[in-house]
Amino acid sequence: MSTWTEDQPIVSIKNVRKAFGTLEVLKGVSMDIMKGEVVCIIGPSGSGKSTLIRCVNALNDIQGGSITVEGQEVHTENLDKLALRKKVGMVFQQYNLFPHKTALENIMMAPVKVLREDKADVKERARELLKKVRLYDKEDSYPGELSGGQQQRVAIARSLAMRPDVMLFDEVTAALDPETVKEVLVTIKDLAADGMTCILVTHEMGFARELADHIYFTDRGVIVEHGPPDTFFDNAKDPRTKEFLDQIL
Amino acid sequence: MNGFEEFFVRLAEDSPRWNFVWLYDERQAERILSGLWMTVKLSIACVILSVIIGIAGAWMQGAKNRVARAIVQGYIQFFRNTPPLVQLLFFYFALGQFTPVVTGPDGWTQIPVISNVGWAIISLSFFAGAFNVEIFRAGIESVPYSTREAAESLGMTRTQTYTNVVFPLALRVSIPALSNNLINLVKTTTQAFAIAVPELLYESVSVWNDFPSAQNPTMLLLFVVYISLVGVLAFGMTSWERKLRIPGYGE
Ligand SMILES: Nc1ncnc2c1ncn2[C@@H]1O[C@H](COP(=O)(O)OP(=O)(O)OP(=O)(O)O)[C@@H](O)[C@H]1O
Ligand SMILES: [Mg+2]
Repeated sequence: MSTWTEDQPIVSIKNVRKAFGTLEVLKGVSMDIMKGEVVCIIGPSGSGKSTLIRCVNALNDIQGGSITVEGQEVHTENLDKLALRKKVGMVFQQYNLFPHKTALENIMMAPVKVLREDKADVKERARELLKKVRLYDKEDSYPGELSGGQQQRVAIARSLAMRPDVMLFDEVTAALDPETVKEVLVTIKDLAADGMTCILVTHEMGFARELADHIYFTDRGVIVEHGPPDTFFDNAKDPRTKEFLDQIL
Repeated sequence: MNGFEEFFVRLAEDSPRWNFVWLYDERQAERILSGLWMTVKLSIACVILSVIIGIAGAWMQGAKNRVARAIVQGYIQFFRNTPPLVQLLFFYFALGQFTPVVTGPDGWTQIPVISNVGWAIISLSFFAGAFNVEIFRAGIESVPYSTREAAESLGMTRTQTYTNVVFPLALRVSIPALSNNLINLVKTTTQAFAIAVPELLYESVSVWNDFPSAQNPTMLLLFVVYISLVGVLAFGMTSWERKLRIPGYGE
């Protein structure tokens, strides 16, 4: 087993192939993400963006290729799922908070139940995380009492409570109304500024342009084009990328 | 004899069909009370056991193992589609033959390990448990798969996900149906009469066999007792449901 060092990609995706039955969704996708990088994946609906990032934390399996996180192979028989999920946090489009727990309890659950950390310590950390996502006064609110944007920020805090090294965001603002999109994006921006490695699937082009170190454009299961934001947005070469950008911008 | 008892003695003399014998005859009162106590114990034991069976069955139905799922399915089909009274007789008379016996303290009587009360508890719990499995399964299915995935991606195992997330949510959805089924169960405990379990119905029938004049009052008592028992259970379930209600969710 090679030990991973920070000059190697923290997430390395190599020629990944994934099919649901006979439907090929990923047809050989590769990307390397370095520690502290922010990477945005954009592309039309159904092009396999969600599937790809779900493969990174083993919510989906793959049929070919390989994915490593900090040098550890994700798709092997003897995967240590807990070790992987401690390293990789994930935030979903629909927040998926636990509706029977308050904001604070949502954040505390995994560290207490999974990591068996001391409850008082976790509580303190959860409060700090709530402060970080600017929801300090909402610790006793249930998800049903929070707005979409607030719920999504609790979901981000819940992921961060496990102290991940990489965060996956799957269209986390897609279910929000325009005013609340911003508050979630600000939270992610703060995270990126703190040096968190972020892989985002997003339709927020302005955000991608401002924040991303690298942008990948996927279509029908392949990466059509990728590059730093400036090159990507201003000098897209592939006709499919151009067409997509024309439609969306 | 106090005034209260005297009143009912006189009532029995004046109207021969209304002999509230257990209100003035201590021996009969004891019979009724012991029957009531047996009914309460039987109900509590069956409620608890059937809920455990329901949870375990619903858990097994979500298992990867096909054999486990098939066993649960077969169990449900059998217990849901056959009459509980026939099940009870089957357990007691058919399976009862094969259960081991121990020798009693006198050195020669053979006492079965599982008494008729034991068989009643087992049979009724399995009967109600079959419905509970389905009730809990419906509750579990109401929990969105994405909520489970969120738990999983926080590093929770299947067991942790079930105990901390899926089950607490499923329970809230299941309580109304569960309440109905448990009410039925409490009423069905009267069928233990058929294998001579000395519960309330059995004792009541014994009383009115000895005192035919007490038949009407005793039947009246049965109704009143069951209405009260079921009332207490229903009230408990409703309060529980209210207590578990989540602010801003499912209203
Ligand atoms: N569990 C599944 N079973 C079968 N097919 C699936 C499953 N999940 C996704 N797919 C299919 O895989 C393809 C890619 O889906 P995916 O969700 O990755 O797309 P996406 O790029 O995230 O799209 P969107 O922008 O709409 O979220 C789609 O055709 C979808 O129907
Ligand atoms: Mg998607």
